[in-house]
Amino acid sequence: MSQHDRGIGRRSTLMAGAAMGAAAITGFPMVARGQGRQPIKIGMPTILSGRVAQLGVSSRNAVMMEIEKFNAAGGLDGRPIEVIVRDSRGVPAEAARIAREMITSDRVDLLFDGEPSSGGFAVHEVVRETGTLTLHLNSETSSLSADPRQRFWNAFRIARQGIHDSIAGGAYAAEIVKSRNLRRWMTVSPDYAYGRDTTAEFLEYLRAFAPDVQVVGETWPRLFQPDYTENVTRLTQGRPQAIYSCLWAGDLVTFVEQASLYGLFNQSQFFGVNMADYTTLQQIKQLPRGVHSGNRYLKNFPPVPGNLAFAEEYNRRYQTYPTNWAWQSATAVHLITEALKKVGGTDPRALANALKGMTIDSPFGADGKVTMRAEDQTLVGYAIGWGTTISADPYVENMTTADWSMIFRHEQEWKRAKGWA
Amino acid sequence: MDLGELASCLGSASCVVTQVSAGLTIGLLIFLVASGLTLIFGVLGLVNFAHGTLYMLGSYFALTAYGTTGSFLAAVGAGAFGVALVGLLMERFLLSRIYGTDVLMQLLVCYAIILILDDVVKIVWGGDFLKMDLPDAFRRPPVIIAGGIVPYYYVILFAITAAIAVILAWGMGRTRFGRTVRAAAVNPGMVGALGINTTAVFAAVFAIGSLLAGLAGALSAPIRSVVPGAGVSILIESFIVTVIGGMGSIWGALIASLLIGFTRSFGSIGFPLFTEGMMFLMMALVLLVKPSGLAGKPHA
Repeated sequence: MSQHDRGIGRRSTLMAGAAMGAAAITGFPMVARGQGRQPIKIGMPTILSGRVAQLGVSSRNAVMMEIEKFNAAGGLDGRPIEVIVRDSRGVPAEAARIAREMITSDRVDLLFDGEPSSGGFAVHEVVRETGTLTLHLNSETSSLSADPRQRFWNAFRIARQGIHDSIAGGAYAAEIVKSRNLRRWMTVSPDYAYGRDTTAEFLEYLRAFAPDVQVVGETWPRLFQPDYTENVTRLTQGRPQAIYSCLWAGDLVTFVEQASLYGLFNQSQFFGVNMADYTTLQQIKQLPRGVHSGNRYLKNFPPVPGNLAFAEEYNRRYQTYPTNWAWQSATAVHLITEALKKVGGTDPRALANALKGMTIDSPFGADGKVTMRAEDQTLVGYAIGWGTTISADPYVENMTTADWSMIFRHEQEWKRAKGWA
Repeated sequence: MDLGELASCLGSASCVVTQVSAGLTIGLLIFLVASGLTLIFGVLGLVNFAHGTLYMLGSYFALTAYGTTGSFLAAVGAGAFGVALVGLLMERFLLSRIYGTDVLMQLLVCYAIILILDDVVKIVWGGDFLKMDLPDAFRRPPVIIAGGIVPYYYVILFAITAAIAVILAWGMGRTRFGRTVRAAAVNPGMVGALGINTTAVFAAVFAIGSLLAGLAGALSAPIRSVVPGAGVSILIESFIVTVIGGMGSIWGALIASLLIGFTRSFGSIGFPLFTEGMMFLMMALVLLVKPSGLAGKPHA
């Protein structure tokens, strides 16, 4: 975490403390001024320390940046949004505890769940019970919204979804398979819901688009595993022509560094769905050239002025570039503020109804728009692309944009096959 | 389970070389941490639950020293000796006060140290994961032996950790200091009566144990993430090692560390979904068959 980030944390804590003190002295003036001026409270558990802290911090930064704009423009009829962010340290039970605390003690109006799927499912269960309007900002496991048993009125996913990335990735990889005759595949992905589901989905679509592909081995490191030697040697022994991975953030950086020591990238083509994120690209000292990656967040993809402006403003404030979690979090703010304006208040049922099916202009959209799909309350229409890495900015070149009509078609078949549609 | 794959690996020289070298490297790094843990337990009777935190500190000290000087030697020296100093201060001001107390008190004090040092690390270095660059001198193509792949840096790691293991065994077995330490472990009162300053011996043992953990942290910094809380997983493995090898036995720690290393490297081929489980299963078996550990002495 940069000094700047910590400064923000301390400053907001001090401001919160000062506000509490002022409230105590003056007899809670914000309440006294009447309901019209009461801030809208959003609780946000996320990971602010540990291997994926950069992502959690970026999620918080993007929320703060966009909320500040909303507040500066007058908020909701003078009501500003106040965000309470707490560190779950990546422990799902802690994320659930924080969520519950925010709902019962802080009395937040809604939750921004800033956890990945590991903690996201834990928070999901809490809000299923409490009925708190919740936006999952960073959980990508498909079943969170695709499985009807996981679906309820007050939970929305404003993040990528594994199945979308897998269909897009499978289609892209199949083209490479055909052109280079890459039949022997292995996988290395984190051993939890997201890793298992996303890998299975990618392979399903890779095989659908390129039936000759054979998977000759899989290796499943733990989430946040400190050492990948055993996984790397397993891959070198399997001598695959291509490797798929949905490792992410610090785990992916450590894996790539260790795999480079074994010369793995000279031996096999590597497809890392989560490689093209600045936290990862900038941390790897010698980024191997030619690694295939899906876009997580790139300032030049989609290549539109709004996206570049978002990246530059973020960079000016935080001295670093946004991440996948950052654009998702910014989109969550864009959607919820739009819903707040539409409803004119914080009634959770009304907000949920407003969110369902909402389409907004977005610099992160494949065609300049993103949609909160009504049927399963998940984000669609965001830009997905795959390209190959180079060692310096812009880090990924030759981007191939995924076609959403193709994604929708295969997603529907996938849901039917699962009995979910 | 994929035992057919494991069998074919064992029948291939390249696979055996790759997996054995990986197992040795994993095992010897665990050994550096576990040997310190077992040494401290054997001599001081203290279960140092904060030992993994010392490993983590070693990584951070090395990272800073390398960032400042650009010297790998300075990084390793800062990791090892910086942590030895932290260990010495911990022993003198905190842990020496709880020698002989029950394990719950030891757990409480050590846990407090873990929480405090984790937070200190977050304040000084931040909560994000950090990376220490692998020095250019070690960024070479892997060494190929009989078709097997051994990363160049792993050869260096193996040489350093193996040398430390030999020095440790020689130092404990053949030197006057080693004999004093072993005597102090058995009967500190008698050693003190002979005019030897047992307080200094205990402090030195704790500092050596800490130095080993710091060294392991420094050596692993270029290939692993440097992150708050990084000591937890290595602490768990070190405890498995001390239970399998026998609490207090350096040789036991070496055997058990290599056993864990090979379980990890060959397990990833033969039983990839049960590698972690296998380590705990081995520990359970040892506890059932020989509760004092493979090389531990039975309690009187």
